[in-house]
Amino acid sequence: MFRVFWTVLKRDLTLAMRRRTDVLTTLFFFVIVVSLFPLGVGTERKVLATLGPGVVWVAALLASMLALERLFAADYEDGTLEQMLLTAQPLSLLVLAKVAAHWLLTGLPLVLIAPLVGMQYHLSDAAIGVMMLSLLLGTPVLSLIGAIGAALTLGLRGGGILLSLLILPLYIPILVYGSGAVQVSDIAIADTQPYVALLGAFLMVAAIFAPVASSAALRISLE
Amino acid sequence: MLEVQGLECRRGDRRLFSDLSFALDGGTLLHVRGRNGTGKTTLLRSLCGLFTPESGDIRWRGESIRALGDDYRRELLYFGHLNGIKGELTGIENLSIAATLDGDRISEDAIWEALAQIGLRGFEDLPTRMLSQGQKKRVALARLVLSGARLWVLDEPFTALDVDAVALLQRLIAEHVERGGLAVLTTHQEVPLTSGQVERLDLGA
Repeated sequence: MFRVFWTVLKRDLTLAMRRRTDVLTTLFFFVIVVSLFPLGVGTERKVLATLGPGVVWVAALLASMLALERLFAADYEDGTLEQMLLTAQPLSLLVLAKVAAHWLLTGLPLVLIAPLVGMQYHLSDAAIGVMMLSLLLGTPVLSLIGAIGAALTLGLRGGGILLSLLILPLYIPILVYGSGAVQVSDIAIADTQPYVALLGAFLMVAAIFAPVASSAALRISLE
Repeated sequence: MLEVQGLECRRGDRRLFSDLSFALDGGTLLHVRGRNGTGKTTLLRSLCGLFTPESGDIRWRGESIRALGDDYRRELLYFGHLNGIKGELTGIENLSIAATLDGDRISEDAIWEALAQIGLRGFEDLPTRMLSQGQKKRVALARLVLSGARLWVLDEPFTALDVDAVALLQRLIAEHVERGGLAVLTTHQEVPLTSGQVERLDLGA
C-alpha cells in the first residue's frame, strides 16, 4: 500500500519537475500579491504589522486556489485518471498521494518563503515563526479541501470560477484561525496554542475525510 | 463468467439501449457493433463500472461488479479512446507506474521486452509526447502484453495503427482468448481467431 502511495507521489513530482512553470506560477503569484499591499497602503509600520497576517493568509488561499484547477485536470485530459479509477487500489489512497504531491509543490514553497514576505510587514521574529507554523498546518488543509472541489468541477466549462465559489467559503475557518494565530502571537498575555491545536485538528479531520469525498466526486465526474 | 442482464443505459434523456442481456464464458471474444451513437462506448464503460446504467445487472463470476469492486478491477483491463499515458514520462516509466497500480510486480526487463515486442525498440527512453500518434497508442497497447487481466475491454483499439500494428494486436487478442481470457471490443475490423469463439452484438439494430 505504501508502495502505491510512493509511486503516485513520485510520478506527480517527476511530472512537475519536467514542467516547472506550473509550480513557479503559484509561488510567484503568492509573492507578488503579498508584495503589492505594502506598495498600495504605504509604509506605515503599525498599519503593515496589523495587515500582515491577514494579507499573507489571503494570498496563500488564492495561490492554493490557483493551483487546484490543475490537480486532476491534466490526468483527466490524457485518460490516466480514468485508468487510476480502474486499478485495484483504493482510490482515496491515490487521491491522498496526489494531494500530498500537490502540497509539496504548491503549499510547502509558500511556507518556506513566508519569512521573506513577512519581513515586508515588519512582523516580529516570533510572529514569523508562528506564521510559518500556521501555514505548515493550514496549507495542507487547503489542498485537501480543495481536492474535493477540483474533483467535483472536473471537466466542466468555466470550472475555475465555480471551483472558487465552491471552495473559498470552506477556507474561511482556516483563514480565521491561521491569521488569528499570527495576530495573537504579538500579544504578550495571549496564547497561540489553541489556534495551532485547532489547525492541527482541521488537518487531521481533512486528511481522513477529504480523500474519501474526493474519490466519490471523481467517480461522479468521470461518468 | 461475465453476465449482463436487462441492461438499460441512458445519456441525458435519450435511451441508448434497453433490455440488453448476454453471457460470456472464458475463451470468448465479443464483438460489439453498431453505427455511431448507438452506445458502444457507453456499454463498454458500463462493463468497466465507469458508467452507472439506468437499470440492469452486470455480474462477474456470479457476483455484481459493484459489490466486487477492487477484486473485479484486478481482473479488468480497459483501453479507451484516450491512451492513458503521460506525455512527459517515457514509455518505461508509464508502463512501470501502470503495472504498480495494477498490483503486478513486473521487472524492468519485462517492460523493455514488452516495448520491443510492440515495435518500439529504440524509443523506450523518449518522453512519449515526442512519439507519433500510432507510437503513443503502441505504448498504451504494451499494457496488453504485460497485463495478467482476464477481461479485456477494448474501445476502438485499431484506430491510428499501421498494418503491422493491427496484425500484432489481432495476434495479441487471439492469444488472450486462446488462453481462456475474455475480450470485449468495438471495432470495424475483423479479428480472426485460431481457437475460441466470436460472439457478435449489434446495437441500435
